[in-house]
Amino acid sequence: MAARGAGAGTTAGTAAAGGPATSFQRKAAAGGSRLSALPGTRPSARHGQLLLSSGLPSLDAVLGGGLAVGTLLLIEEDKYAVYSNLLFKYFLAEGVVCGHDLFVASAMEPPDNILKKLPAPLLDDAHRNELREEATPAKSEDSQDSMKIAWRYENLPKMEASPTTSTKFGHYYDISKTMSPELLQSIKRHSFYLPEELSLEPKLKTWNMNCGYASLLHSIQRVICQEGFDGSHPQKKQKNILRIGIQSMGSLLWGDDICSSDTPEDIHSLTKFLYVLRGLLRKSLSACIITVPSHLIQNKAIMERVTNLSDMVVGLESFIGSERETNPLYKDYHGLLHVHQIPRLNSLICDVSDTKDLAFRLKRKQFTIERLHLPPDLSDTVSRSSKQDLAESAKLLSSGCGAMAIGKKHLDF
Amino acid sequence: MLGELNELLGASPQRPGTGKFTLLRDTRTDGSFLVHHFLSFYLKAGCKVCFVALLQSFSHYNIVAQKLGVSLTAARERGQLVFLEGLKSCLDLLFGEKEPSGDPSPLQFLSGSTSNLKALFDFVRTSLTPAEGDSWQGPVLLVDDLSVLLSLGASPVAVLDFIHYCRVVVCSQLQGNIVVLVHSGEDGADEENELLGTALGHHSDLILWAEGLATGFCKDIHGEIKIIKRLSLQSTEQDVVQVYQYKIQEKNVTFFARGLSAAVL
Repeated sequence: MAARGAGAGTTAGTAAAGGPATSFQRKAAAGGSRLSALPGTRPSARHGQLLLSSGLPSLDAVLGGGLAVGTLLLIEEDKYAVYSNLLFKYFLAEGVVCGHDLFVASAMEPPDNILKKLPAPLLDDAHRNELREEATPAKSEDSQDSMKIAWRYENLPKMEASPTTSTKFGHYYDISKTMSPELLQSIKRHSFYLPEELSLEPKLKTWNMNCGYASLLHSIQRVICQEGFDGSHPQKKQKNILRIGIQSMGSLLWGDDICSSDTPEDIHSLTKFLYVLRGLLRKSLSACIITVPSHLIQNKAIMERVTNLSDMVVGLESFIGSERETNPLYKDYHGLLHVHQIPRLNSLICDVSDTKDLAFRLKRKQFTIERLHLPPDLSDTVSRSSKQDLAESAKLLSSGCGAMAIGKKHLDF
Repeated sequence: MLGELNELLGASPQRPGTGKFTLLRDTRTDGSFLVHHFLSFYLKAGCKVCFVALLQSFSHYNIVAQKLGVSLTAARERGQLVFLEGLKSCLDLLFGEKEPSGDPSPLQFLSGSTSNLKALFDFVRTSLTPAEGDSWQGPVLLVDDLSVLLSLGASPVAVLDFIHYCRVVVCSQLQGNIVVLVHSGEDGADEENELLGTALGHHSDLILWAEGLATGFCKDIHGEIKIIKRLSLQSTEQDVVQVYQYKIQEKNVTFFARGLSAAVL
């Protein structure tokens, strides 16, 4: 399970983080201890930056502990943007639960609608009821008695096998329920809805960049300056983090044609935008998530440049509509997750996870990212048929020729 | 600086060399450890360094340089290091008020008013021209990531012109060195980038090409580096090519011959 096994590491980290916690902070307030008291963050043991949770503890583990403050997470959308929208919502929901400020930008739907559909966090009392239902009586008895057989392990700390909200970093969410409006009222949110913004302001032609991107940059910069995220109001008592979420950058709705034509008119708008955005992120206490429909971008050079200019790049490949949906090898999963880039912050090395085969699945209430495990081969001809035969017969099965598929398997005697 | 790399290159901080153009290339991997190495190497050698850092912030380079034994803040204070932080100065250009002093920003080409990189070249020239009372060894220009200039709208020809002008001033006139990094992605689909890399490769005295392993990710071997020394640009002698594999650690990078990684032996 996605247990917070790094619990020991966290306590050691917070104990040792007396010194400067963020090195990205230009006008750092005196006393790193005040910075580490920011809600919903913890310092990283690797590079000393503050880490934020992305809302999905299994994704945090893949990203090396979380999203560092001042960095950009780029998500390459899956085919119908089903799962990337989920990750987007998880990120924003985590911001609400931790009390961070939110900035939501979209060209597709009004940001208020997005915020109304965030998943509800799994809180203590609701979860304890569930635990009581699921736990067998035998289990609870064992945990109370002293261990008779495994007595050497008695004094070891118990691993958190199930989620609790006693951890301040990383929460679990229930997708089947939406977040209550009371929780949303408690945080400060800013929104940018492209059709509204373009009608309000005249088109500013900045840097030969797309107008939508230019006005979004100005809007973000305004929020960062006025709310003091870049340390420009030292008298503000409580510092906070700004979480920025931008949906579907590069799509036609933003006025950019890199997704819709082979030879786009202006291939530099998106990259210029990302460059300036990263500059803004680096000098303020904020983090940003952007989803890009990269499967629509024909010009591969653009995605290379976009990857080079982002900090973390994660690609989602869902099985919807592809032949893998019915392939028995992948029957437990809904898609694959590719980690294209992890940044090396303040160091020559980075925390790259060893497993490169990651897959995700959407259970009834939760979305998890796991190591891809092939299911055991339990067919009749397990010794003789290879995986390739199985996949072939699966293809035939899916196209409706059931009898023929069985015949192929039992051809040899 | 990375001691093992110095041994492989036959370089030492006592003799930093003059008039050399070094090209760093990386494909399918992150070659920034080479940039950190050359930065700390030339600072230790006592050269005056102009660092055009387009990709990361000052504090990132500072922290890594401290691990390699050099302090960038101290170097900047005593005038040995001139640091252009691309991320910060593009913000000043976009959001700042018009400067009354009339000094154009080095990244002027971003605003689209000019298509060449003359402002950047002027910045480099003024920072590396020796002033009165300077006792540094020799000027060095270090550019972290020319590919970023392409992403920001400069044409490959403009970037090549910029490098050419810099070579004339820094390498020929001032007898200094230049080190630039060109980063390629997974597939090499960026044609302008490949063009830039190949064109610069023809003019370089030394090429360090870091590549990810062709067979994929490995925990113990982070990549392969090809060192191409051009003996002479005039004669037709073959270049000396050496290939090593490397593993990056916290404060050091170890190099070993192919197939002789510590994990395998």
